[in-house]
Amino acid sequence: MAFLEIDGVQKRFALTTAVEDFRLDVERGEFVSFLGPSGCGKTTTLRMIAGFESPTAGRIRIDGVDVTHRAPNRRNVGMVFQSYALFPNMTVADNVGFGLRVARRPAREIRQRVEEMLALIKLPDLGSRYPYQLSGGQQQRVALARALAIRPQVLLLDEPLSALDAKIRVSLRTEIRGIQRELGITTIYVTHDQEEALSMSDRIVVMSQGRIEQIGTPFEIYNFPRTAFVASFVGTLNILSGRVEDPARGAILVDGQPILAAAGLEGARAGEARLIALRPESVTLDGATADGQNRLAGTVEDVHFLGSVVRIRIRFREHAVWLDTFNNPRLAPPARGEPVTVCFAREAVLVLESPPGG
Amino acid sequence: MRRASLRAWLVLLLGALYFVVPLVGTFEFSLRYRRGVYSFEAYRIVLADPRFQATFGYSTALALATIVVGVVLVVPTAYWIQLRLPRLRPVVEFITLLPLVIPAIVLVFGYLRIYNSSSWLPLTASEATTDLLLMFSYVALSLPYMYRAVDTGLRAIDVRTLTEAAQSLGAGWRTILLRVIFPGVRVAVLSGAFLTFAIVIGEFTMASLLDRPAFGPYLQLIGANRAYEPAALAVIAFAVTWACMAVIQLMARRAPGQVAGGR
Repeated sequence: MAFLEIDGVQKRFALTTAVEDFRLDVERGEFVSFLGPSGCGKTTTLRMIAGFESPTAGRIRIDGVDVTHRAPNRRNVGMVFQSYALFPNMTVADNVGFGLRVARRPAREIRQRVEEMLALIKLPDLGSRYPYQLSGGQQQRVALARALAIRPQVLLLDEPLSALDAKIRVSLRTEIRGIQRELGITTIYVTHDQEEALSMSDRIVVMSQGRIEQIGTPFEIYNFPRTAFVASFVGTLNILSGRVEDPARGAILVDGQPILAAAGLEGARAGEARLIALRPESVTLDGATADGQNRLAGTVEDVHFLGSVVRIRIRFREHAVWLDTFNNPRLAPPARGEPVTVCFAREAVLVLESPPGG
Repeated sequence: MRRASLRAWLVLLLGALYFVVPLVGTFEFSLRYRRGVYSFEAYRIVLADPRFQATFGYSTALALATIVVGVVLVVPTAYWIQLRLPRLRPVVEFITLLPLVIPAIVLVFGYLRIYNSSSWLPLTASEATTDLLLMFSYVALSLPYMYRAVDTGLRAIDVRTLTEAAQSLGAGWRTILLRVIFPGVRVAVLSGAFLTFAIVIGEFTMASLLDRPAFGPYLQLIGANRAYEPAALAVIAFAVTWACMAVIQLMARRAPGQVAGGR
């Protein structure tokens, strides 16, 4: 039995369905991210776990106990908000100790726990400050300490880094993950930032329009996206439409040129339309790698010099792909209009589940 | 540029004169009780008058009761509307503005009709219940100021997220209101409270028609019969109001993360 079970949860608001048939089992100590664009239902699902929204259908269990209709203040779930939500009239120490005071813990225990938490977030000397005297990053660390002080069974983080600048975001996500590992707390993390989700999570739940698109490890989500949505949302991706030529061999025609896919055509019929995806980093210009099994001839349509990486757009006929190549000071990038051949391995061809028009 | 600056200063000066000259004139007049010399005799007489002490004491007690009932009524209402019923805000705002539109004399005649001694709820039957009726009528009268002050304070803090943060830490509604929301809008509540105090202290119509010994009717009585004492009373009333405003400012500076409500 999983530690956190979300069983067929649904949420409807009047005429719209925010979350549809959400099923997920989270193991004790696991770090799971909900990833998706705005309005995909990830925050609504998180709020249902926290108890701020009631599911229209389905059950939520924590450690075997059904908490579906339990009030949020009786769930023992810690929550960190995007806007920090620190109590402005309280000092940092009072904020961190708030939950313990509500639980009527002895003063000595509260003091000890607050010190422990402030040391954990590396702000041991700021207990007497007020939230407005802290930077955004410090405020979010205090919010994390406050949520952890009550020893919650599950920690929920709702886009906690969105309001911070890029540099702080990177350092804080490492810190959050470090603390989560140290405490071994079961964590649900909501984000629309794929880099955050990929770098922090044990597993990622990719969501779109209230539904789960795919659940998997960051490696699986990035390398083997199952749907066009996951493929396009996670990382940069080239999506091409092709026609199945020989399903047994994995052959597909793209703009009249044959390519081979290592997998994904099981059960497909010849002549069927299929979407395929190629990561820019898995496509090379002819000669850059020797063992490219698939070759497509085209012309250079655009060249973006990005410093360490050069991003080149190759046009075939109807379709075009972006490819990334490392900058080589001894080799000038190709010129626009130059005829080239691109290569990519059979394994790099990701055949997606949803065909065009169905 | 320089001409514009000069014009701005001129406007400021005219504005200042408009406010200051009558005050200085009133103060100067209040000191002329004794012929040929300035003295605080009018103030001494007013402050020594037992009717002043009794009426001021009565109105102060009534003002404090009005503030307590007003805060208990308005803070949870404004909080709940902000949190759960934002669509009802225009309706509540309209209701709270009614006392500004309906003259006090109409209100008090309404009260007398509904709560007279032969009605189903005879609040005017005894002095104590009439005091209660007067206090509730003051709550209604001060509603536009109290509600607006509290609502402005609540709008300046993220009520929903703070509530949810407190809930996730185990707090119930009472704890959230008393420890999170109320301290967050304390200065706004105070400014509403002081406005209420100023209204109740000077209110005449309701107290007079309900025949209660309040400060407003006393002011009217003195103003109709004496020369220098009304000026002294006006200066005292201003001093009390300014003291209240100074307290608001002090509280606003002292309390961290506070938002002053206002009109």
